[in-house]
Amino acid sequence: MAKVNIKIEGIPFEVEAGLTILEAAKECGFEIPSLCAFNHGECSKGSCRVCLVEATGARGLVASCVYPVAEGMEITISSPKATAARRTSVELLLSNHNKNCQQCDKNGKCELLHVAKLTGARDDMYLGAQTPVTVDRLTPSIVRDTSKCILCGRCVERCKNAHGLGVLGFEKRGFNTIVAPAEDRSFANSPCILCGQCVSVCPTGALMEVSEIEKVDAAFRAGKYVVVQTAPAVRAALGEEFDMPIGTLVTGKMVSALKRLGFKKVFDTNFAADLTIMEEATELLGRITNGGTLPMITSCSPGWVNYAEYYYGDLLGHLSSCKSPHEMFGAILKSYYAEKNGIDPKDMFVVSIMPCTAKKYEKERPELSVNGLRDVDAVLTTRELGKLIKRSGINFAKLPDSEFDNDIVGDYTGAGVIFGTTGGVMEAALRTAAFKLSGEELKKVELEDVRGFEGIKEATYNLAGTEVKVAVAHGMKNAKVLLDQIREGKSPYHFIEIMGCPGGCVAGGGQPYVKPCFLPNEGSDILDTFKSKRAAALYQEDESKALRVSHKNPQIIELYDTYLGEPNSHKAHELLHTHYHAKERFSK
Amino acid sequence: MAHLQEAAAKKINAICDRYVNERTPLMMILSDIQKEYGYIPLEVQELVSERTGISVAEIYGVVTFYSFFSLKPKGKYVIGVCLGTACYVKGAQQIIDKFSEIIGIKPGETSEDGLFTLDALRCIGACGIAPAVTINGKVYPKLTVDVVPKIVDEYKALEA
Repeated sequence: MAKVNIKIEGIPFEVEAGLTILEAAKECGFEIPSLCAFNHGECSKGSCRVCLVEATGARGLVASCVYPVAEGMEITISSPKATAARRTSVELLLSNHNKNCQQCDKNGKCELLHVAKLTGARDDMYLGAQTPVTVDRLTPSIVRDTSKCILCGRCVERCKNAHGLGVLGFEKRGFNTIVAPAEDRSFANSPCILCGQCVSVCPTGALMEVSEIEKVDAAFRAGKYVVVQTAPAVRAALGEEFDMPIGTLVTGKMVSALKRLGFKKVFDTNFAADLTIMEEATELLGRITNGGTLPMITSCSPGWVNYAEYYYGDLLGHLSSCKSPHEMFGAILKSYYAEKNGIDPKDMFVVSIMPCTAKKYEKERPELSVNGLRDVDAVLTTRELGKLIKRSGINFAKLPDSEFDNDIVGDYTGAGVIFGTTGGVMEAALRTAAFKLSGEELKKVELEDVRGFEGIKEATYNLAGTEVKVAVAHGMKNAKVLLDQIREGKSPYHFIEIMGCPGGCVAGGGQPYVKPCFLPNEGSDILDTFKSKRAAALYQEDESKALRVSHKNPQIIELYDTYLGEPNSHKAHELLHTHYHAKERFSK
Repeated sequence: MAHLQEAAAKKINAICDRYVNERTPLMMILSDIQKEYGYIPLEVQELVSERTGISVAEIYGVVTFYSFFSLKPKGKYVIGVCLGTACYVKGAQQIIDKFSEIIGIKPGETSEDGLFTLDALRCIGACGIAPAVTINGKVYPKLTVDVVPKIVDEYKALEA
């Protein structure tokens, strides 16, 4: 790469040609206040004008996030002109902003407030007209509030980059411009898969999850038997809510915190992940031997299921009929567990802590219930759990480690843990499928071919003489490639794992925000590395477990022996399986 | 999308296919559809999205950005009143208000009988004849408020 000589604040540097001033300055040890630019140019439109600097050769001040360096350029960040201009930019943003910061759930993680502080912006500098506001609270998953939107376009780009979708776009023009689904519709009647990737990049409170903390409070107040389960990816990220380094595994502390919060029982969704594997592996082998619809595709990710229903309604027969693990767990808690413990299932309130916003929608599906009772009553994101812990006076860092409850359910194997990252469900299923086909355990349970963050991974396994071709995709842009193959009748695979979010649940839309400006102790490449750091924590827990294959989970064996019968039995179908329906993309 | 007739869908796909080799075909496609049908409703945008791979939100964004594109059918006679600086200081606001009052629609709207659409235009480059009004391309120079009713009546008479 060619180099150019520049000066920043009078100090000479040699930097790569083609970098923006913002990037070059960062490499040279400067931190220009900036707001809208995100993730190495994933979104750089220069729209917010917060990163203005003086640069020779340019007319006036330039937005450093989009302006490239050039030979001989002299850049001034600290001049009165530049600092005043940056402050004015923020003040203008604030002039068309709902400044109800105290009631905003984003407070503390708001990048607009962050630059306001950095630039010294005054919130009442310009008082004028406000753009007409839309607040969309119609889905159970995501709130869109345009009164807090700064029109940076990060969400627009993320939806396109992750899923090839672009559900959100810029609408209208000038002062009336908003970011919205077409026709300023609700997410509820747009083809949005509710994955929450837009939420995870939004710099302000314009896009946030629908909070269910009050619902949980109400259940406690009503004296319900409130139990909680946590998804695997939560333990790999919850620590970040308490300023721990990304990738810190906090399983034991998380359990202690949940017990202190008053939950009657604290279970690991991994138990149900093991159960899912029993059902799904059996379903797969059944399809292979009986000439069923192949490839079979996993159905754990509700974002992916939404996508399938909106965009591939003709391929729904390929989806495994298995409910997602936390729904299975809810169904088992309100049947098997309630019966064995003499609890009226109507008094039970099941809370799932999930790395996901789509799970909030999923739990509302009428088909995910047994005997008129919803499998799961409330879904909190990892971020919401962080809030719950903070408000309760718990010092998370000083908590001792505790074990999950596992009286008759709750035990889990390493196979369940890795569900939280792309490739994990596949790996867990193959560990059990191999045993079911051959009667022998795999010599090496780590299936490296399906690990890692490549968009599409494929592998062929010879399981007791049966050749099984598999593929793994995450993010709908990648999934689309595999789905179009199926549509064209050219798919060579038997089994496909699809997860909605790029990277899988570790990078789910409900996980702690990864915002470099709030993570001074992480490397500047944190947006590239956080997924693998969180995934590594899960693989670490998998390795630490004595049992690493689902079919050896003693409580799962017991559950089948005493209650369900066989995997895919009539009873298992009643409790653990579901169905899907094609959805109209822009319903009236 | 099911509401679109097959022939119309075919035509729209054909319009999209005219520009398959263009790097940024959207403006040309929308422009052709606007000329062909007079408006670009959401169903049509969905069709264009499927054919081109451009998201519906992005298409909708372009349609709502340019005043040339319309989401609703335009009237038989499209009255464009220039509100550019020169026309404005020459009283264009009173003229558009008069049209509005007589026809009973606001700027941007179409009358219920489908006869008139009233558009507020930015400078159309005819400052020398300000205030200027165009009706289906025909230019009315140096218009005064008192002739507005007569013009409207003339067009109504054409339909009688």
